[in-house]
Amino acid sequence: MEVSLDLFLNAIAAGILLGGFYAAVSIGISISFGMLDIVNIAHPAFIILGSFIAYIANDKLGADPILTTIVLAPAFFLLGAGLYQIYHICFERRGREALSGLAFFFGILFITEVSLLLVFGVDYRSVQAAYIGPAITIGLVGIPFRLAVPCAVSLILVGVVHFYLQKTFTGRCILAVSQNQRALQLMGANPIRIKQIAFGISIATAAIAGAFLIIIQPVEPSIGRDYIGRVFAVCVLGGMGSIPGTLLAAMILGVAESFTATFYGPSWAPAVSFGLLLLTLAVRPAGLLGR
Amino acid sequence: MPENILTATNISKHFGGFVALEGVDFHVATGERVGLLGPNGSGKSTLVNCITGTLRNDTGEIAFLGERIEGLVTHQRIRRGVARTFQIPRPFRSMTVLENVEIALLYAGHAVSHEGHTAAALAVLEQLGLRNQADMGAGQLTQVDLRKLELARALAARPKLLIADEAMAGLSHTEVDEILELLFQLNETGISIVMIEHIMYAVMKFSQRIAVLVAGRKIADGDPQAVVKNPDVEKAYLGE
Amino acid sequence: MRSLPFLGAAIVVAVAVFFAAALVGNEYVYFAGYTVLQFVVLATAWNILGGYTGYVNFGTAGFFAMGAYSTVVIYKTIKLPLLLAIPVGGVTTAIFGLAMGYLTLRLRGVFFAIATLALAIVLNTLIVNWSFVGGSRGVYIIRPRDAAHFESYVQFLFAVMLGLSVLAVWIARMVEQSRLGRGLAAIRDDELAAECAGVPTLRLKLISTTLSGFLMGLAGAPFPYYVTYVDPGGTFNLAYAVNSIAMPIIGGTMSWIGPLVGAVLLGTLEQVATVTISSELNLLIVGVLLVLFVTLAPNGIMGLVSARRRKAKPNA
Repeated sequence: MEVSLDLFLNAIAAGILLGGFYAAVSIGISISFGMLDIVNIAHPAFIILGSFIAYIANDKLGADPILTTIVLAPAFFLLGAGLYQIYHICFERRGREALSGLAFFFGILFITEVSLLLVFGVDYRSVQAAYIGPAITIGLVGIPFRLAVPCAVSLILVGVVHFYLQKTFTGRCILAVSQNQRALQLMGANPIRIKQIAFGISIATAAIAGAFLIIIQPVEPSIGRDYIGRVFAVCVLGGMGSIPGTLLAAMILGVAESFTATFYGPSWAPAVSFGLLLLTLAVRPAGLLGR
Repeated sequence: MPENILTATNISKHFGGFVALEGVDFHVATGERVGLLGPNGSGKSTLVNCITGTLRNDTGEIAFLGERIEGLVTHQRIRRGVARTFQIPRPFRSMTVLENVEIALLYAGHAVSHEGHTAAALAVLEQLGLRNQADMGAGQLTQVDLRKLELARALAARPKLLIADEAMAGLSHTEVDEILELLFQLNETGISIVMIEHIMYAVMKFSQRIAVLVAGRKIADGDPQAVVKNPDVEKAYLGE
Repeated sequence: MRSLPFLGAAIVVAVAVFFAAALVGNEYVYFAGYTVLQFVVLATAWNILGGYTGYVNFGTAGFFAMGAYSTVVIYKTIKLPLLLAIPVGGVTTAIFGLAMGYLTLRLRGVFFAIATLALAIVLNTLIVNWSFVGGSRGVYIIRPRDAAHFESYVQFLFAVMLGLSVLAVWIARMVEQSRLGRGLAAIRDDELAAECAGVPTLRLKLISTTLSGFLMGLAGAPFPYYVTYVDPGGTFNLAYAVNSIAMPIIGGTMSWIGPLVGAVLLGTLEQVATVTISSELNLLIVGVLLVLFVTLAPNGIMGLVSARRRKAKPNA
């Protein structure tokens, strides 16, 4: 198999751009799973939900997908907060997160996917925007805007979340609650309320990432499943709740997938994320930058 | 029988950058009653976890009944005769009190016939004053009875060494005396006991020797009266 | 009831079910019944690791497919009769379960669950890329027209699944009531406390995973003959994952009866729904029922039944 420099460089470039996007996709899991220990396996469902909402707005109103999801982010935030409330009452309080909580989120994932299937069918949907067609070429490397724009906005999103967690009071409470719930109570903040806000944020980021997704590629309801592996792989490899770690891990995943797709064919792509996850769990479960 | 039932030498344990234990030596003589004191976060639970095998110590050796046990997994150490209770009781909530004790008999107890298990479990419950609650769901017990269930489960494993981790925290004075009495009785049957406690009255009454951990290091080890008057110990508890 | 009399009673029930189905006189009963019974085995198998031990397996489809594809490989190579291919499928999947358990059971339950999903998807990808078993295009299996002593091969498959159901339920009940079952329950309730009570948790979890995998492989082994066209899409279907979780949870995870009740009720409901409404709507109903039961009635139907019984008879 001939490895040309051209192919090689393009694979890296695509991988890095994809990696930025994967960081946005996974940042919600870094919060809900990495920091709050909630196994929201339904996270990808909200990404896809975001994609489809962006699609509707784009199809009917010609609205920009990214702006749509940002405008609707508060609604997703409330959805996340409500979902956490149910999770807390039914599972956290009763100590049944292990079996029942997991089954709960799996059910949510399933319901969302099948509902979207019923409404939209199995066809792939895509959006139209000015920046989806064009690309620029730097030397041997072609950079399509449909990858570059989501990547750039993803990095901004990740940066905003990171800043929020580090600099605002609520954000620091979220970081604190992930370490020691009792200390937080002594500080006068309500840990349940804090976790609710954090979970709401995680769902909102998922929805926004959905807009990025449908810009990068056409979307149909069942592709959420491919993302389960990706988000958990990134979260674990990144060190469970470390935002910089998430970014680094996302890049690694993006490049790994890009290389696999370029040189071995796209049908191997789903195995990459899960393989990476299994490898990380076996070799270094604390991740790259884990605490 | 060797003089010490448990000898832990130079135990260290790190979690990333955090030093939980540093060069701790801890021993228990056969049949002895030892108190283990220290402020919260001083490493007492970490030491217990290293002894039982829930955590692997980074350095040092642990010998039980004269044999090294670092290579053994927790349940193997339990079968050899180490037992511990948990600070916050951890009953098997889907089972009755009797069934809770039977688990320990079935898996850690030795050579009892299948029919004999129930009778042996009832005997243990009797010993701890829980006979009447035998058919109750474990989750429905009162706090003091939950503590007794912890002891019952530990006892059913026929231990030679029992580590009682804050078995009396949050109990009333009478309840503390109840548990204390039970521990004395167990010691009289030959079980060496390590008591981890913050209730000074109980520790002073119970211990033949006291060891004190502060910030992962042992700062005192000896006669209870002497340890309590040790200025370093006072400083650790009352601050500077 | 001791286990041999129970086995006898179960066989009697199975034979009665068989003759009741034969009386209907319509081949469709065997097709629908096969699917429901398949779920009995899958749900019961899942529950050994899930309900009894407390470890959620999202990868049922992977184990099921392993059994199915093992039969495909046998069909294309040494051509054993089905009754011999079934144990091979079971054993292959059991070994796979053991290996998977060995790699993942030292992890927290959460990571185990995700790892099971990972393995199912990795297995799917491997099969898709393995042209010997048809890859993504699938393979055709010729179903024999007749079977000795039976009216048709489909009726024979129905009987085979009845037999596997009896086996699965019998094994689950034996495990539940044995020393192993108590140890698993202790692990489920509190793994750390179990280990400190002398329970060899890793060993028991491995046994549980292997046994669960074995039964799932058995369920998958006759599938190629049932469906005649085997492709990764149909075999690695997420419907297997959601059903094998929903049925025990709806029926009740604490004992062998729950998965049986859940599989029969939900399985029959699904057969009706797929024919009358659509199969997507059918899956939606399963998902909704799963969420409703897990939040509102976490002990399932059997839990509701025993709660009602306890209220009617307040005991000492």
